[in-house]
Amino acid sequence: MSTQTMPFAKALTAGLRAALDADDKALVMGEDVGRLGGVFRITDGLQKDFGEHRVVDTPLAESGIVGTAIGLAMRGYRPICEIQFDGFVFPAYDQITTQLAKLHYRSRGRIQVPVVVRIPYGGGIGAIEHHSESPEALFAHTPGLRVVSPATPQDAYDMIRAAVVSPDPVIFFEPKGRYWSKGEVDLDSPVPSLDGGGPDPLGTARIARTGTDVTLVAYGPTVATALSAADALAAEGTSAEVVDLRSISPLDVPTVVDSVRRTGRCVVVHEAPTYFGPGAELAARVTEECFYSLEAPVQRVGGFHTPYPVAKVEHDYLPDVDRVCDAVDRALSH
Amino acid sequence: MLNAPEGSDGASAEGVPFVQLVGPDGRRTEGAQDAAYRDRTAHLGTEELRTMYRDMVLTRRFDDESTALQRQGELGLYPQGRGQEAAQVGSARALRPQDFVFPSYREHGVLQVRGVDPVDRLRIYRGTEHGGWDPADHRVHLNTLVLGSQTLHATGYALGLQRDGLVGTGDPERDTAVVTYFGDGASSQGDVSEALVFAAVNNAPVVFFCQNNQWAISEPTSRQTRVPLYKRGEGFGIPGVRVDGNDVLASYAVMTEALERAYAGGGPTFVEAYTYRMGAHTTSDDPTRYRERAEEEEWALRDPIDRLAALLRAEDRWDDDWAAGVAADAETLAERLRADVRSIEDPPSVSMFDHVYATPQAQVETERAWFTTYQDETAEAAR
Ligand SMILES: Cc1ncc(C[n+]2csc(CCOP(=O)(O)OP(=O)(O)O)c2C)c(N)n1
Ligand SMILES: [Mg+2]
Repeated sequence: MSTQTMPFAKALTAGLRAALDADDKALVMGEDVGRLGGVFRITDGLQKDFGEHRVVDTPLAESGIVGTAIGLAMRGYRPICEIQFDGFVFPAYDQITTQLAKLHYRSRGRIQVPVVVRIPYGGGIGAIEHHSESPEALFAHTPGLRVVSPATPQDAYDMIRAAVVSPDPVIFFEPKGRYWSKGEVDLDSPVPSLDGGGPDPLGTARIARTGTDVTLVAYGPTVATALSAADALAAEGTSAEVVDLRSISPLDVPTVVDSVRRTGRCVVVHEAPTYFGPGAELAARVTEECFYSLEAPVQRVGGFHTPYPVAKVEHDYLPDVDRVCDAVDRALSH
Repeated sequence: MLNAPEGSDGASAEGVPFVQLVGPDGRRTEGAQDAAYRDRTAHLGTEELRTMYRDMVLTRRFDDESTALQRQGELGLYPQGRGQEAAQVGSARALRPQDFVFPSYREHGVLQVRGVDPVDRLRIYRGTEHGGWDPADHRVHLNTLVLGSQTLHATGYALGLQRDGLVGTGDPERDTAVVTYFGDGASSQGDVSEALVFAAVNNAPVVFFCQNNQWAISEPTSRQTRVPLYKRGEGFGIPGVRVDGNDVLASYAVMTEALERAYAGGGPTFVEAYTYRMGAHTTSDDPTRYRERAEEEEWALRDPIDRLAALLRAEDRWDDDWAAGVAADAETLAERLRADVRSIEDPPSVSMFDHVYATPQAQVETERAWFTTYQDETAEAAR
């Protein structure tokens, strides 16, 4: 078993490399992904090894990238598109929501569009406008798309490979603030299978830490926040369980509900605005499915109903350990 | 692969002719093909040429100082404009005060000419503002980072001018035009093509000023287009012209022609300013990963400021005392940036709830109230 310690970013690169190796129909396409290796270097070295035909520097047009990826997918290719930053997915939003998400449905299953759209997302990097957003709810609200976000290097490696073999389109949100955080990665882990046999590798949540008093539900960048909060809470005598959702659509409701049944309290943490955010859906589902186990209303910690603010105040916009602990206090006060 | 600067005889790379009035050696060109453009600069005397020189020197000093401030951690990011000063200053000097500018993010020279305060221009890169100035003050819109988006806004604004009867009156105080700046990379965005469609079918008074600086981050212009970009307008019914963007006089001349057309109700023009991004894409970029040193060195020989300086000297318009004054002004600008950028204060966090809507909105106010209490309690607990 070749387990190595590597940054999240390198695990993604390794996953993409494995996907390109495994299937010569897989293609990487996007702005600056070739010679430069992407502005975050996630595709570093791939063009050199797989050629300009497999790792394509596209014209600067996101609608064009996703729109042509759809056509390529119809010809049997597996395009892996890179959107340079979260805020730049919107020129492609039309193609993603009106076409990519619906072709399988409209064709009554005759057309599959196995397109992956990778999007570095989230804040905390001191960036300018359009470089720190968390628009996942917009995509989760769209039937036909899978929406996922890994939180660890191992999941990055496994989930990108699973996304590439998925017959359904996958919007793959990468927590850019975690790109350089390291973890162990087993590079020999098998490509997760999506044939319906085992657990859904793109739709199964993970218990990141066990606990008994409260369930913290997070995904992507906030899993680390929730784990730090759990440490802080432990010091105060509160035992928090942390659920890493991995997938926003579908939601692994059973795993969350099972945890909340045990703890009786639930706090959802994401960077996306709470207003109509993923936490709203989770709170509703938890309330519906384990109302009588709940000791307190489900609490949400997330971004505000404002555009993503300027870098100098983003620390007060983003959920941090204090705000998670504050929400836990509210839940415990009931 | 090299993006060659230009051929020997007033032609850009690929042998495509462009409007050039001053060669890299600082001598005026004499080709008959540019005679009409030459006439457009005939009235520019020593004072006007010196003004353009000063604009360009100050722009470069702004660029260098901003880069230094970024390196010192005072700015989060900075996109250098080095090499594009002539295209920007020449085109902006052709504008009338009432004209409106929709820039992209690299137009430091345009903002300099329009008088946007240099400190205000850096607030966005310091992370204290998403904009930084009042667009009405200098008739310069806030640049968006979503590439190409502004070309539609410029077109819409031009349609508004048309409706307001500010086109084709023949009155230089009234007739108004719009210019939008964008890059070779941005030209591929669907929004830009849609802007060309809307501008063309409505004969809108807008100039599409595309700076082809040979690169869109790591991608050469050949990844965006198979024909020279100035031809992009043709199929839409928009006349196009390629200009030597490192020649401030040619940039000025071409822009006056485009603006005259717009003022008179003749509709849009597509200008391709053929130039070079001498620096990195931004302070986060490392161009050695994708382009040749030789290419940079070749373009350095076409430095637009050196060219104008050579012209001024060749025509005895240069004066050492005046030049020393310009250098002193540049130093003053740099000193001001060093002092005032550092002292830009961080906004209070609660200000993030301001201006989301024009009228009070329940959700925002609920969250603002929660945040204020939370902040107070946290501060209390920390005490
Ligand atoms: C819609 C959109 N997609 C991607 C980006 C990321 N991006 C920022 S600048 C840039 C290259 C722009 O090249 P060009 O238009 O030639 O302008 P230049 O940087 O050369 O001035 C890219 C891809 C963006 N800002 N907006
Ligand atoms: Mg460019």
